[in-house]
Parts: sequence; structure tokens; C-alpha cells
Amino acid sequence: MTPQTTHTNASAQRQLVIIGNGMVGHHAAMSFLDACQGKADWAIHIVGEETYSAYDRVHLSDYFQGKTHADLALGTGDEYREHGIHTHLGVAARRIDRDAKTVALADDTVLPYDALILATGSYPFVPPIPGHNLPSCLVYRTLDDLDAIRNAASDGSVGVVIGGGLLGLEAANALKSLGLDTHVIEFAPQLMPVQLDADAGTLLRDKIQALGVQVHVSTATQSITADEQGRTVLAFADADPLVCDVVVFSAGIRPQDALARDAGLTLGERGGVTINNQCQTSDPAIYAVGEVALWNNAIFGLVAPGYRMAETAAAHLAGTDASFTGADMSTKLKLLGVDVGSIGDAHARSAGAVTYRYSNERSGVYRKLVTSADGSRLLGAILVGDNSLYDTLLQYYLNDITLPKEPDSLILPSSEGVPQLGVDALPDTATLCSCLNVTKGDVVGAIDGGCCSLGEVKAETRASSGCGGCAAMLTHVVNATLEARGVEVDHSLCEHFHYTRQELFHLVQVGQIKTFDALVREHGQGLGCDICKPTVASILASCWNEGVLEPAHVNLQDTNDTFLANMQKDGTYSVVPRIAGGEITADKLIVIGEVAKEYDLYTKITGGQRVDLFGAQLHQLPEIWTRLIDAGFETGQAYGKSVRTVKSCVGSTWCRYGQQDSVGMAILLENRYKGLRAPHKLKFAVSGCTRECAEAQSKDIGVIATEHGWNLYVCGNGGMKPRHADLFATDLDDVTLIKTIDRLLMFYIKTADRLQRTARWMENLEGGLDYLKDVILNDSLHLNIELEQQMARIVESYQCEWKAVLDDPEKLKRFRTFVNSDSADSNVVFVKEREQIRPARDDEKARLIATT
Amino acid sequence: MTANAQTPSQAHASITSPWVQVCKVNDLVPGSGVAALVLGQQIALFYLPDEQGLSASKRVYALANQDPASGANVMARGILGDIRGEAVVAAPLYKHHFSLETGRCLEDDHWQVTVWPARIVDGKVEIEWV
Ligand SMILES: Cc1cc2nc3c(=O)[nH]c(=O)nc-3n(C[C@H](O)[C@H](O)[C@H](O)COP(=O)(O)OP(=O)(O)OC[C@H]3O[C@@H](n4cnc5c(N)ncnc54)[C@H](O)[C@@H]3O)c2cc1C
Ligand code: SF4
Ligand code: SF4
Ligand code: FES
Repeated sequence: MTPQTTHTNASAQRQLVIIGNGMVGHHAAMSFLDACQGKADWAIHIVGEETYSAYDRVHLSDYFQGKTHADLALGTGDEYREHGIHTHLGVAARRIDRDAKTVALADDTVLPYDALILATGSYPFVPPIPGHNLPSCLVYRTLDDLDAIRNAASDGSVGVVIGGGLLGLEAANALKSLGLDTHVIEFAPQLMPVQLDADAGTLLRDKIQALGVQVHVSTATQSITADEQGRTVLAFADADPLVCDVVVFSAGIRPQDALARDAGLTLGERGGVTINNQCQTSDPAIYAVGEVALWNNAIFGLVAPGYRMAETAAAHLAGTDASFTGADMSTKLKLLGVDVGSIGDAHARSAGAVTYRYSNERSGVYRKLVTSADGSRLLGAILVGDNSLYDTLLQYYLNDITLPKEPDSLILPSSEGVPQLGVDALPDTATLCSCLNVTKGDVVGAIDGGCCSLGEVKAETRASSGCGGCAAMLTHVVNATLEARGVEVDHSLCEHFHYTRQELFHLVQVGQIKTFDALVREHGQGLGCDICKPTVASILASCWNEGVLEPAHVNLQDTNDTFLANMQKDGTYSVVPRIAGGEITADKLIVIGEVAKEYDLYTKITGGQRVDLFGAQLHQLPEIWTRLIDAGFETGQAYGKSVRTVKSCVGSTWCRYGQQDSVGMAILLENRYKGLRAPHKLKFAVSGCTRECAEAQSKDIGVIATEHGWNLYVCGNGGMKPRHADLFATDLDDVTLIKTIDRLLMFYIKTADRLQRTARWMENLEGGLDYLKDVILNDSLHLNIELEQQMARIVESYQCEWKAVLDDPEKLKRFRTFVNSDSADSNVVFVKEREQIRPARDDEKARLIATT
Repeated sequence: MTANAQTPSQAHASITSPWVQVCKVNDLVPGSGVAALVLGQQIALFYLPDEQGLSASKRVYALANQDPASGANVMARGILGDIRGEAVVAAPLYKHHFSLETGRCLEDDHWQVTVWPARIVDGKVEIEWV
């Protein structure tokens, strides 16, 4: 039955078929292309049962944070086509015929092969509890699974995860983020029994319970049934039944080895396709890689070992020597926001192993070292609550580095902070990035080859492009290596100041410097430029909040700041009055309309819920603003690197779902922070409930009403590189909300780089979100009082810049198109389109000017 | 279009003399620019009063007000500064830098804007009409 046998250049090309387009199958194809560079004598076919092309399963949960398949995709259809790879997606392979050397697919296609790679991964094990196949019982492995979970959660309120291992806790986090009351049921007496000991498991349970997830250990589920209301009931051996809406099984994984079994390949006793060091199965033409493969009687449930297998198989197939020699299974994770690390022999099962423990219940930190009998070598470790030691310990473990005389000094709290293992102590073979298999030697080699920054090293070695867990270690090694070679990493703002924006901020504040001239005299050189002048102007404004048009500052500003309006492409300006929270009276709306009509301005509603008026010439700005200010408007500061708008939905006042008065809060916030100068523009939004009509999660500061108060999201943005905001604090009352925002904004203003929006700023803070939480919520730097006071000063000294201009004839002088003539700019020419003006195009202009 | 109409200050300018009076010194903004209309030409005037290393005669500069990158008459509204010692204005829309001395564009050789010699005499700003 080979009606559709696919032959691609059958005579010349050999055929490689890869079954499974998961992470490892994809990597196998890419590695094979790499391994036989240029020699296009193979045709490659990839067969994948999922309809999606390969995606990053490790970051599967990000799908619930708004990532799409496209974001998570490892390769695109175009890329496959470009490399001449034939894909068969959404079709399972049904049968391997080893005699005929063919694979039959579910759609009856038959693919002949010269070599076959099995990368079918594994499937979630669902224990045969009665009722396990009810519609509410789901698993957590694929994007389709996640869609099903989201669906089931949408009209439910309680979710249960069966299995308290690593993936189970990740699933629990997902259920919680979907707004469900979440329970975890674990059969063993503790969470994560594979990676943790009993003490660590208990601490983890306490921490997770504190985050609102119910953990039930030593609990066996006996049956699952549906009740009359269509809800799901779990019955246990010795606990009360639990009523819920979604059940996610996460009770371990099993190798997807059915094809191999049917084809008569050798399997392990408990499944998995047996492979040798070259990743060949018992049939040398067939390789197995990833979670389906059994090497040395072990299955590796992590992506890095799968990648190593894929590379080995690809190299072997291309005729190069390569061996898979096992892999380290140490893991570092953040589960429900709790740091967990497990290295090597965490359970101290090695003969003669010695254990050291440090436990602090108050701060919720647990650390354990397992060393050799003489205490000189690290065999394993467990960390809960704080992973800052993980990288260092892992290097001790992987490279067999001699431990300090008192090994416990590594885990005891010390006043000097985290003991960093010196870069020199690491051998060249030390793996820094296990996902991409990059060693210290590779990094040093890249620097020898001319890379002089972290970015260049990343681009060259691809280090840190996998799970990202190695970023801190990589940065440390790159910087230390560069510094050791006397390469100075240049952080200068521009040629006039050899300081970063943050350093300049500090110099201004400590030295009480009030002008650009003084700063350049004391700490810089030359006249300045269009980079440092506006930067310093913004720092001066943030520190002292003097008007931007005071004589000492006026020549520092970008034209938009100088003329308090946004210059458009033809040199005219747009005028944007503040409409706090997007709320406006009919009378004010009429004034805007009248002004627009009188000056023939183009009007448009903006994304920030206000109205822009385009096409004003410089000399018209004061008249227009006189009209607006008389009617009670203030400048909208659309021109500044400052707070733009606080978008809001109507909230509890009008909306049937509203939990709080989102408009009121938006107006309060907008009026508080209007005029605040920052390294970049700041956008806010307030939604009245979790339906999020104001899109607060795409803003620098997003506030979403809850039943009890406000949830604060920070550091999101739209624009060129969109980023979802991170949940920062929950259920805040009005006062705490404002205090928290005060501190966060002030900290941003003090420490961000020029033109760095909050999202990039936070990503670049060492320690990221957690560090930021620590500083702002726990006051770890003892800065909060100062930050609040600084903000209070700025809020107090607010003045409407346009009002200040109109009150001062000297300043008004600047708003002349020509200093020696009342003419308008004859080069500004408009034509009408859709009943409004727009700038004429060059050809139109030529015609119009010719006929006048 | 009537933008070319003679204005009082231009009327004072003597057309026969190559030096044309444009405006008063206090029409200028220290460390910044203003635009003027001279015989139908838009001119950007920049004023660097007491910067180090510049002689008194080099304190005012006149360049064409039209920015070649955008075609808009906005040069006078750019930020002043120096790049490796050369005094420049950064055009406000696309931020190309133009030398105040020579009018050359530091980023793109094709673009060159007209410069006029300029000076201050008795509190009046004059440019040499060449
Ligand atoms: C939520 C989650 C979090 C994780 N976190 C981490 C982590 O932090 N670190 C880490 O290292 N690992 C993590 N893992 C594990 C990691 O994702 C796996 O180790 C890795 O994906 C294994 O890759 P694979 O290609 O072997 O299998 P898979 O990615 O499962 O791919 C196998 C593919 O083969 C397809 N297939 C199966 N049978 C057939 C057939 N007959 N015909 C056609 N196609 C078939 C399947 O549909 C599937 O798409 C996580 C896994 C999950 C689910
Ligand atoms: S976010 Fe909530 S309160 Fe606001 S409009 Fe939408 S549904 Fe209503
Ligand atoms: S998206 Fe582009 S075209 Fe539109 S306003 Fe922004 S910068 Fe201009
Ligand atoms: S260790 Fe995962 S990206 Fe480097």
C-alpha cells in the first residue's frame, strides 16, 4: 500500500526521517544540517503529531502570560523550507517497517528512510484512578493541553493538580494565574521528593501555602466523579472529598515508545528505547534521542541532555566521532515564585557522604551541602528560598573544585554577601551554559576572537539563549575576562561625560548642581550635545523640578520640550491638553472643538484617551494655549519624557463588573505624577476589574481593581518590543498603592539609563523583578523614606509649563516663527483630506506654490 | 503666498552693502537658535556667547534654516553642541549634525547647507550677503 510514497530525488539523495517535532527533534534536524554543512546529499523529513511546529516546551507556562506559539516557536516553516526540510505536521507516524525501511504516517503517506531518528519524547502518566478520563481531567504538556485548561478554568473556580513534583507545581502556578483556588495533591509525604529532602520539602510547602495554594501531602486520590451540578469530586483515602472544576494530572512522564516497541527495538524494563553512546538503538539505522531514549538505564527528563543526544546522533550520522556520556540533572527553578535548586546527590546516597545544613525559618531559607567523606569535594546540594548560591555550587560540583576548608562557610550567611567563585578557579572545560553547551573555554575563545562585550559573546557562542538560567554566571565570566585584559567596558553617556546617566544623577544630587554649565565644568568637557544636554535637563528637572524653560535650561531641551509641543514632519506642532483619566466634560470638549475649528487644526483621538490637535505653527502656540488654559486645561506634556496618560475604563461607577472606581484612581494618579520627568515616557492604566478593558498590563504602571483593593503591575510596554507587565503587589489599599508607585518611579528615575523604558530597566537590574520587589516592598536598601520624600517634593512643586510661559513675556519671545518678521513659514502647506487638513506632499506643494 | 513681503527690519538692510542687518543681539537666545527671514531666505541664527575656546567674532553663526533630511524649515530649533571639537547643531527631526562653521553634515556627505558669515556690530546681528 504505497500509493503516496514520497521519493525526493530517490537515486541521488539519502533519506533522513525524524519522528517527533518537539524540542529535541527540531534540534536534531538543525544539528544535522550543521554537521554535514553544504553536503546536500540527504533529504530530511520531519513528522510531528502536534499541529504546531516545534516550540519551547520549557517555557510552556509563558503561554498563560500572553506568549503565543509564534513567540515560543523554535523554527519557522520558512526556515524549514529554506533548508529543504520537508515537514509533515499534525500527522502521527503509525508504523515503522524495518525490513522495507519505511515509515507509514496516519495520512497514509509512506516515507522511505536510510536513517531514522526517533524523537517522540514522552507523555504524561495518568494513574488509572476511577474517573481519570472525565472531561475535566487534563494534562500539562502541549499548547493544546493549555488551551483545554484555560477553557475548563474559564467558568470554574477551583483547580486541583495531582502530583507535587516539579511540573505539578508549575501547573499549580498556571491554575493560580488563571484565577482558580488551587490545590496540589501529593501521594508522598513531601513535595518534589526526587529533588528535595524532607526539610526542604516542608519549607517549600509552607512557602507555597503562604502564597495561597493548598498543599495536601501523603494524600492518595481514590476516585474522581462528576456531581449533579457538573462539578468534579475527588475522594481520598483519609481526607474529606474536594469539589473542583479542573483536574490536572502531573504524576510523572513515560517515554512515548509504542512505535519502537511495535518495530521490535530493544526497550528498557520500564520503557524507553535503549541506546548506545552514539544514540543508536538496537537497529543501527535507527537513533533515539530526547525523553524517549534510555541511556545506561536512565531517562533524562530535561532538555539539555536531549540536545546533547541530538548533536551526538547528528554527528555520528554525518560521519564524525561523537559520544553521549550522560548528563548532569541538577536543576534551578522558580516555582510559584519560590527559588528551588537541587544539585547532584541531593539525598546523600553516596557512600561516606557528609551533610551540612543551614536553615532559617524566619527568612524561609534552607541550604544543604553533601560532600565527600573528607569534605573536599561537593557531591550534591539543595537550596530553597534563595538560589543565589546555585551557580557557584554547581561549578564546584561539575568541575570537582576543592571546597574551602570549612565547607559550611559556603552556606552560612556572611556579611560580605554571596561568595563568588573566582573566575580563575574555573577550568576551561567548566560548562557555563548547559542548554547550549558553552564552556568557559568557548567564552574566552570568543573574547580572544575579538568579542568585546556581553552582547557580542552571546551572539558568537549563543550562550544564554536557552532557559536563560546561566545569565548571571555568563556576565560574571565575560566581565571578569574583559577586565583582566584591561578592556574597559565603556559606559560613557557621550563624548562630553564619561559617566552613565545613573552616575550623573548621583553627581547632580550629591553636588547640589543646578545647571548644565556647572556640571560640564566640574565633571565633563566641551559644549555638550543633543545626547547629554536633554539627559542632564531631565536629571535636573527630576532633582530640582525647576521649569524646563528657565533661562539656564532652555538651551538644553529638545525642540519639543522647548516649545512644549510635538514637532511633526513638516515643522508644525501638535497640541495636546491633559484629559486626566480620559474623563472630559461636554463644555471642555466643545472648547477643544472650537479651538480646532478656529485654527483649522487636524484633530485625532489618541490611544491614550485624549485629543491631539495637529498643524499649529510656532507663533500660534501661545494663542492656542491661552484659549485652552482659560477654559481650564493644562498642558498634557505629550512632548516630554514624562508621564503621558493614565488610561482607564469606567469601572464600578458604570460597569456591571467593576470592583473599584478605576476612573477616580486614574485621575488621582495622573494628577499626582503629571509633570514628572523621567528617562523615558511613562504610560499608566487603571482597569476596574480583571477583565482589563484598560489594558493595564501593557503599561509601565498598570493597576487592576480587585475585590479588596488594587493589584499593581509594573514594567510593561507596547511599542517596538512589547512586554507584559509583571504582577508586583496585590490587594493594595489606595495609600499603599500610591506609596509603592512613588518609590518605584523615583527609583527608576534615579537608576535607569537614558531613554531606557521601565521594562528594559528592570530586565537589566541584576536580580530583576525579585530585586526590585526587595528594594521597593521590603526596603532592602533603606531608601524608601528618601524616595518618598523626593517624590513629595516634585509633586508639590508642579506647575503647568504652558501657564508659566504665558505669564512671562521673556519666555513668550521664543514663540516666534521669525525674530524679524510676523510672516508664517511659507513652506508649510496643507491640503484637505477627509474634510481636514494634512501636510501637502512634495508634488502637491510644487503644484500649489506654482499656481499662487 | 505673501511670505516674501518686506518687513521693517529688512527694509533697514542696505541691499547694496554685502553686510545685511538682521536683528538685535537680544533677539538671539544664548546657547540656542532663532530663525530670521532675510530677503525671502529663511536663516537660522545660533548664538554661543561665552563658550570656551571661541573668539568674540565666532559667537554668532548663520545657516540655512531648511533641514535637508526633512525638507522642513526647522534647523534653528535644533540643539547646539560639539562633536570632537567641531561646533554643530543637531537638526530636530532626524538628528543629523551640521557644522556651524561650514554647514557640512557629519553623517552624510551629500548634505551641505548654506552658511553665511555673521557678526555682531553695536548690538546688531549682521550677515554677509554672498
Ligand atoms: C511545563 C514543562 C516545564 C518544563 N521545564 C523544564 C525546565 O525548566 N528545564 C528542562 O530542562 N526541561 C523542562 N521540561 C522538559 C522539557 O520540555 C523536555 O525535556 C523536552 O521538551 C524533551 O524534548 P523531546 O523532543 O524529547 O520531547 P517533546 O518535546 O515531548 O517532543 C516530542 C514530540 O514528538 C511528537 N510525537 C510523539 N509521538 C509521535 C508520533 N508517533 N508521530 C509523530 N510525532 C510524535 C509529540 O507530539 C511531541 O511534539 C519541561 C517540560 C514541561 C512540560
Ligand atoms: S475592566 Fe472590568 S470594570 Fe473595567 S470596563 Fe472592563 S469589565 Fe468593566
Ligand atoms: S507608529 Fe510610527 S508612524 Fe505611527 S506615530 Fe509612531 S512613530 Fe509615527
Ligand atoms: S543554561 Fe539554559 S540558557 Fe544557558
